[in-house]
Amino acid sequence: MTGAILEIGGVTVAHGGRAVLQIDRLAVRRGEILAIIGPNGSGKSTLLRIMGLLDRPARGEVRLDGRAIDWGRGLLTSRRRFASVFQEPLLADTTVERNVALGLTLRGVPAGEARRRAGHWIARFGIAPLAGRQARTLSGGEAQRTSLARAFAIEPDVLLLDEPFSALDPATREDLLRDLQRALRETTLTTVFVTHDRNEALRLGDRVGVMLEGRLEQLDTPEVVFGHPAGPDVARFVGVENLLPGRIASAEGGLLTVDCGALHVLVPGELSIGRSVILCVRPEDVVIRPASAGSMRDSALNHLRGQVAELISIGPQVRVLVECGQPLVALITRHSVVELALKVGSPVTASFKASAVHVIDRGSAG
Amino acid sequence: MRRTLYLLAAFLAPTLGAGSSAASAQSKVVILSTTTSTQDSGLLDVLVPMFERTSGYSVKTVSVGTGQALALAARGEADVALVHASSLEKQYVADGKMHNRRLVMYNDFVLIGPAEDPAGIKGMAKVAEALKKVAGARARFVSRGDKSGTHVLELGLWKLAGVEPKGAWYIESGQGMGQTLVIANERAAYTLTDRATFLAFQQRVKLPILVEKDRLLLNVYSVMEVNPANGPRVNAAGGKAFADFMVSPATQAAIKSFGVSMYGQALFVPIAGKTEEEIGG
Amino acid sequence: MELIWDGIRQAFLLLLGMDREVLAITWLSFQIAATSTGLALAVGIPLGTLIALTRFPARALVVSLINTGMGLPPVVVGLFVSIFLWRGGPLGFFELLYTPAAIVIAQFVIAAPIVTGLTLAAVQQIPPMFRLQMVAIGASRGQLLWLLLREARLPMLAAVMAGFGGVISEIGASMMVGGNIRGQTRVLTTATVMETTKGSFDVAIALSVILLAMTFLVNYLLTALQQRRRPS
Repeated sequence: MTGAILEIGGVTVAHGGRAVLQIDRLAVRRGEILAIIGPNGSGKSTLLRIMGLLDRPARGEVRLDGRAIDWGRGLLTSRRRFASVFQEPLLADTTVERNVALGLTLRGVPAGEARRRAGHWIARFGIAPLAGRQARTLSGGEAQRTSLARAFAIEPDVLLLDEPFSALDPATREDLLRDLQRALRETTLTTVFVTHDRNEALRLGDRVGVMLEGRLEQLDTPEVVFGHPAGPDVARFVGVENLLPGRIASAEGGLLTVDCGALHVLVPGELSIGRSVILCVRPEDVVIRPASAGSMRDSALNHLRGQVAELISIGPQVRVLVECGQPLVALITRHSVVELALKVGSPVTASFKASAVHVIDRGSAG
Repeated sequence: MRRTLYLLAAFLAPTLGAGSSAASAQSKVVILSTTTSTQDSGLLDVLVPMFERTSGYSVKTVSVGTGQALALAARGEADVALVHASSLEKQYVADGKMHNRRLVMYNDFVLIGPAEDPAGIKGMAKVAEALKKVAGARARFVSRGDKSGTHVLELGLWKLAGVEPKGAWYIESGQGMGQTLVIANERAAYTLTDRATFLAFQQRVKLPILVEKDRLLLNVYSVMEVNPANGPRVNAAGGKAFADFMVSPATQAAIKSFGVSMYGQALFVPIAGKTEEEIGG
Repeated sequence: MELIWDGIRQAFLLLLGMDREVLAITWLSFQIAATSTGLALAVGIPLGTLIALTRFPARALVVSLINTGMGLPPVVVGLFVSIFLWRGGPLGFFELLYTPAAIVIAQFVIAAPIVTGLTLAAVQQIPPMFRLQMVAIGASRGQLLWLLLREARLPMLAAVMAGFGGVISEIGASMMVGGNIRGQTRVLTTATVMETTKGSFDVAIALSVILLAMTFLVNYLLTALQQRRRPS
């Protein structure tokens, strides 16, 4: 069932004269994973708190299932349809099991059922052997798993995650991200996920919202946001300009062939066939040569023929948009442009090394 | 939860109930203000139950320093006072704060000191002159130094001796009679003490009596009733009942025999009905 | 030295021999201290929690007052409470002076700031985000309060011990408002001082031993409860 489960309209929050959050309209679709990214201080956490009905905006309204939120008596019932996970695990001083069951206990779920549901999610997040342990003895990763299990056990209508992995080391972060991904696929929970890490957003988000200085600058699919940032500020934050969604077509000897529709790209890696991925190539890594130059012997494995569609000067560099069945952006020096006598329409070959491709694994199901 | 509340109520009742029952039986409580040495002698532990049994009153004995005992009575915070500081008592009566002063009993003070007697006062008849010799010899002397009846008496004797007690030899303990005796014992010093306390501490304090039986060493106890105008809720009837009790023949007899079984001699001499001149005080 | 051994021996004899007066004094001391501590908990825990969780003008002043109150000399408290309870005082009507109730009142005044101050500190040290997290998983206001108190239970047990310890061992207030009246308001501390001034050192030591033993027992039970939560 599609449709907006949560809508925010005309919301403003100010602190000390400064507008911390200003959202004209934001609708979260049922069942989607919405990733909100932005730099620190961009208002992401404030937005998440308002979504979770933890803070009331000075102006504007929040609608749940199309109905305006009653900030008075009915607030607790509405608020209990959400569950949040924060950067710190913030567990209570008791066992893991009791912690995971806490959300259910608070809602009056009978003890037996609470234990059962908690047990299910404790297993899903791989902390079954820790169930009887005291929360304060857990490591950072184990504690955050507990926090996640706690939120999932509630089976909320909307799950809110505020930079849940920022405080973890990269290896733990990777493990948890994978487990979260799996869990989300299993449940089709509507999820709003705040992060400052673009890769996390790309991996998990069905849609990505970019927040800068309290405003939602762009809200669209990852490809659009990263491939066609709505403005220079967004582009500057988003950084990556070449995003190629595709599927693993074949894997041999550590090299994968990714079917990106119009293109086939070779990348190193170990992923199974059929997996959905997004390939990222930084414009600086794309080398442009005139098509007439013939095939040169170099280490790059990916050569794509196309035409120059756009040339934009950015200081001492030039942004070159090449149409090769898929738009590809390269960043080269002005000097090179002159040297290669590039202009709109010039036939060129865009090359990039397989190793320059950054693969984002989107999981098995499309 | 409910069980906890029941337990709590049962617990609190006796401690808090004591106050409320007193409020309802208002006129049945008599507050007696007296001195610590009177209380410590143990006499009141015998007399008060006697009074309570026969009169039906309940007595709260507040034993503090003489000054505080009289001050409390002057504020109406007591109903009757039993103290032993004649000059102060007369002052309070003259001020109208207390009335119906009646003598009850006396005990006496003795001057004790180290057996070696460095000041050479043993057997002297006049205590003031003995003190003069102590000061002259700069022999160690321990004083109560706490404005108690004993202390006031001691100061009067120094004045009579024409000596201002000052110096390293003059030690002010600022404490009760018992503590002071212990200190005197430790320091092998002279000190002035009431006979009752001396007898009670005989085992512990090995300082013999050196001077006694001087008229100036008499410690006269009197009972005074508190003027009801001193404050609200003064139990004048109860105060009078206690004062009457203290001078009644039965009580006087009890006073006479107090201490005999324990110390072999009576600690107090009952003198109800007599005047100060008659006993030489 | 033998004085102390004498005293300990005397203590056992008094207790085991069921000396009625000593047992009565001991029980009264415990009753009074437990009651005043209980009242202090009933007032101090909610008050301390409230102050810890809310912002209001002059909050710093209130907290300073509480912290000052934690160090009130018992004898000063005794003096002021007795002035209130005097016949001539505003509460004289209730005739509470020289009753156990008066001691409970005075000891409550001593213990309440201790309990309030320590509860305040205990609740304040819970990370503020914890509150938000509990609300974010569905806690109502009442449930949140319960969760916070549960988080702070270890330092709060310390508050209970501190409150009880402070009042069971004080003598200044007990003396002033209780009067050490035999059979009515004589408690272990006032009896100890009295026996000392009378020179009955062995009895005084015996009473001290009993007092220490009782305090130790109570603290042991509470500590066992508190430390039960520690990881082994």
